[in-house]
Amino acid sequence: MTALTSACAVFATVILLLIISYIAIQGITSLNFQFLIDTPKPVGEGGGIGNAIVGSAMMTALAVLIGLPVGIAAGVYLAEYGKNWFGNIVRFVADTLIGIPSIIIGIFIYTLVVMPMGRQSGLAGGLALAIIMLPIVARTTEEMIRLVPNSMREGALALGAPQWRVSWNIVLPAAASGIATGAMLAMARITGETAPLLFTALNSRFYNFYYDQPMSSLTVQIFNYATGPFEVEHAMAWAATLILVGIILMINILVRFLTRKKF
Amino acid sequence: MESKISISNLNFFYGKAQALFDITLEIPERQVVAFIGPSGCGKSTFLRTLNRMNDTIPIADVSGTVEIDGENIYAPGTDVVALRRKVGMVFQKSNPFPKSIFDNVAYGIRINGIHNSKADLNERVEKALRDSALWEEVKDRLNTSALGLSGGQQQRLCIARALAVQPEVILMDEPASALDPIATQKIEELVVQLKRRYTIVIVTHNMQQAARVSDRTAFFMLGKLIEYNATQKMFTNPDEKLTEDYITGRFG
Repeated sequence: MTALTSACAVFATVILLLIISYIAIQGITSLNFQFLIDTPKPVGEGGGIGNAIVGSAMMTALAVLIGLPVGIAAGVYLAEYGKNWFGNIVRFVADTLIGIPSIIIGIFIYTLVVMPMGRQSGLAGGLALAIIMLPIVARTTEEMIRLVPNSMREGALALGAPQWRVSWNIVLPAAASGIATGAMLAMARITGETAPLLFTALNSRFYNFYYDQPMSSLTVQIFNYATGPFEVEHAMAWAATLILVGIILMINILVRFLTRKKF
Repeated sequence: MESKISISNLNFFYGKAQALFDITLEIPERQVVAFIGPSGCGKSTFLRTLNRMNDTIPIADVSGTVEIDGENIYAPGTDVVALRRKVGMVFQKSNPFPKSIFDNVAYGIRINGIHNSKADLNERVEKALRDSALWEEVKDRLNTSALGLSGGQQQRLCIARALAVQPEVILMDEPASALDPIATQKIEELVVQLKRRYTIVIVTHNMQQAARVSDRTAFFMLGKLIEYNATQKMFTNPDEKLTEDYITGRFG
């Protein structure tokens, strides 16, 4: 039994290593500093993913800015006050939202934001990503907070702490590292989303620092390069993929480092 | 003897199940009162009605009155936060927060805004730790995790945390049941020390402990108060046959 389970564990790890090393081998050849700062150019003139990196960062930042606080607050509500019919509805809706294909979220934002604005934009892309992130953060926050022993809440209540302070400065810090892990997973997930950005942020061939304009992203740029007819474009898609995987890996490591247990 | 807490006709329900029946009891100021009785007799439930800790249970229901310094704590409009500051509590399982030793003791002071400067805060933390006989053991590592302390130290830290908000009454729910004999002895010595300044109510499973630390003892069974007397009398010549049977170990 131990042999079987450890074989499966090795299998799961090897898959990840295979993917990463294959991407590294394919991507490393076209990777250079110019590639990281250039914008896409006509085939044969080089080109890069500088604007896509900036676009991805801006849209992810917007999504985190909205999705993280709202998601954590909703999770706190569900865990601490949500043992009623309303909590059950919120929980059910969140679980359903997690299961909805991301392209449908894209269409939703297209109707809600893109059509009234009259154009695709970084704002629309960021909002779509925020909607994807929100239920994941809310549910993981709830799970993590439920793990905090009730005796700790009672200890604080018995000192004369009002309920909201108990949630805010006893329960939340105690659950922080778990919540951060959930947030990190949600962030890694949205950084890798392509479908919801196709309708909402579209793409751009230029550096764009304004949320009201169409915005490039790594994933959409990879999609464009990979579906192009030329071998150079495919090579650039691999290089961009390597960067994307590297960024996600870095987010993971950074958050693990920042939330390591102090007490 | 002045009465600090006076309970009359208290009934307590978990939903439809009645856990406490018509309890009437006076707790004198600056004395130690012990609650004894077999498991499930309602002594912990009763203790938790004294600082309204049972409010956290949605299906709980109370009738009767609990007056502390003459004020009914179940009267509408009672400030529960202020009540819990006045009536501190130490739990069966030590429950330090996952913070530093200092921050644990400072928590109640900070949330209640008791201190007026950083120096005052330090002073109050030191005093609380001295009063709980923990200062000498932790003074060099106040900024390390409270979870690194031993079980007995953690429990004394929880006592320090309760003392820091300057309560008048301290409720203890089997504070030594998870500790070894030496740590238990330290807690008991502490209880005897603390009664000079505080009114203490202690729930215990340990009959010898009740005999050693308390001035008065209340014996509960199946949610009813069977006998309430001076500890000395209770353990030598109880009024009730049931008390005698329990104390001599015939059941329970």
